[in-house]
Amino acid sequence: MAETVLETHGLTMRFGGVTASDNVDFKLAARELRCLIGPNGAGKSTFFKCVTGLLTPTEGHVFMRGQDVTGWQPHQIASLGVGIKTQTPNVMDALSVHENIWLAARRFFDPAEARARADTMIDRLALGSIARTALGQLAHGERQRVELGIVAVADPWLVLLDEPAAGMTAQDVDRMTAIIHDLTRSAAVVIVEHDMQFIRSIAEVVTVFHQGAVLMEDHVDRVMSDPHVRAVYLGKKA
Amino acid sequence: MRAGGAGREVLVTLVVAALLIWLMPLVIGTYTLTVLVIYGMLGLSLGLIWGFGGILCFGQAAFFGLGAYTYAIAAINIGESTVPMILAVLVPALFAALLGAMMFYGRLTDVYLGVITLVVTLILFKFVNSTAGPQYKIGEARLGGFNGIPGFQTLNVPGDPDAYIWGDPYFYVCAVMLVIVFLLVTWLLRSSFGRIAVGIRENEVRMALMGYDVAARKTVLFAIGAAIAGLAGALFANWGEIVTPNLFSLGQSAEIIIWCIVGGLGTRLGPIVGAAGLAYLKFLLGQQSMIDNTLITGLILVLFVLFLPRGLVPAIAALLTSIFGRSRRKPSARRMRRLRHG
Repeated sequence: MAETVLETHGLTMRFGGVTASDNVDFKLAARELRCLIGPNGAGKSTFFKCVTGLLTPTEGHVFMRGQDVTGWQPHQIASLGVGIKTQTPNVMDALSVHENIWLAARRFFDPAEARARADTMIDRLALGSIARTALGQLAHGERQRVELGIVAVADPWLVLLDEPAAGMTAQDVDRMTAIIHDLTRSAAVVIVEHDMQFIRSIAEVVTVFHQGAVLMEDHVDRVMSDPHVRAVYLGKKA
Repeated sequence: MRAGGAGREVLVTLVVAALLIWLMPLVIGTYTLTVLVIYGMLGLSLGLIWGFGGILCFGQAAFFGLGAYTYAIAAINIGESTVPMILAVLVPALFAALLGAMMFYGRLTDVYLGVITLVVTLILFKFVNSTAGPQYKIGEARLGGFNGIPGFQTLNVPGDPDAYIWGDPYFYVCAVMLVIVFLLVTWLLRSSFGRIAVGIRENEVRMALMGYDVAARKTVLFAIGAAIAGLAGALFANWGEIVTPNLFSLGQSAEIIIWCIVGGLGTRLGPIVGAAGLAYLKFLLGQQSMIDNTLITGLILVLFVLFLPRGLVPAIAALLTSIFGRSRRKPSARRMRRLRHG
């Protein structure tokens, strides 16, 4: 088995009396693609925020490539080479597509190299025609794609995506699926997602969250056919 | 291509500035012009941190006053103006770095930032006001409370304390300093640091998730703004030949914010134009006693917020492109960026 790039030990997050994340042990190998699913309020996003440093867990530890990063600031975690996309689109609306992606690349490369990488990434995402347009004027799907570019441009070894397919058209989703598969050649990818269609198309191993804890972790087909999972997740959805 | 564009922009700036420095004294007296230039620099200092860094500081006057007082106190103690000028830039910058680190590492944003900077200004105002007693001395200099500090060494040719720079030459010194500061700000905004600062203005969380230390960068930008305000304060002290606690007043702080809004936030030129324009208007209104000039300033602010919310300079720029922009080729990325950033 490949090197473990992300690991949590007994990760617990409480908000007052609510335990949003309950003693989660999680392991992710290099270049693995993992989807986190679960009904609303299952603790997926809380887990995601604890891993990215947006929240500091009440108990437990987060390790990245063996290093204890519990309680680190988001910028410190990102500086390790971790690409992060939050649930709501987080982009610079007044700046152009190119400037957005350039800023992400500039963190790890000198200005000229950052420009070259931004150009390459824009080609890869087929954003060439709108490269100089401010993000505020773009459609939701395009903004999502730009944010994916921001995440991917600096060659991360770990990519964390919170609901990347939300609100996208089928064509956008197809393109993104291709990009994510591309990413897994060099990076481990964690995807938090609601869209079951998307999960089926992309996932291999799926971790199911329920009431803050890990309910099941298995191959997507077995997870989908598991009666318990259907009860807590798919059943409720219908 | 980028370097060429930068070179041309510097050239245009220098030519326009030289023309203005040559022509303006024919219209307005240099004594008045000097203070307009100084206010322009003060406006630019807030325009930089607010317009490009997203840091709304209600206490930019604190750094202005701190620069002026630092200069006056150091000039009395040292007797030659070069070191006091340098100190007048460094002391406010250092003060802002400490204050900024406290605020930004404490993750204060928006309205809390405004409250803290406002209160700091008030504290400085109250403190300096209450230092009338003879026990308040720094070296040779008595702080003088509400009377302020008069009678300090004014600007001299570096190394020659008897060669005072005043009158017309002092105007030229101030104007050239403003041009230099303007070019430095231009350079800063074109650099990676400046572009990252604009990114932080747009979305702090995203920049942090990219791996940028937002708090450190905001602190540095805040200190740079304070350094410029401090320089303006020192120049103001030399112009007025006295420093008083009024430099720290809330009215002064509010005026700087109004200059930026009226001139155009997010541009380099806007705050300078707003500052000089409104200060000149205040000067003209000060010559009559029919209408109170704060009333007019308030009215102008309201009208701008209602009808030209982006400010004067962006409005004029948009007008010019709509008239002349069509005949040219499609606006290049660089021009669009310049329009947006002034």
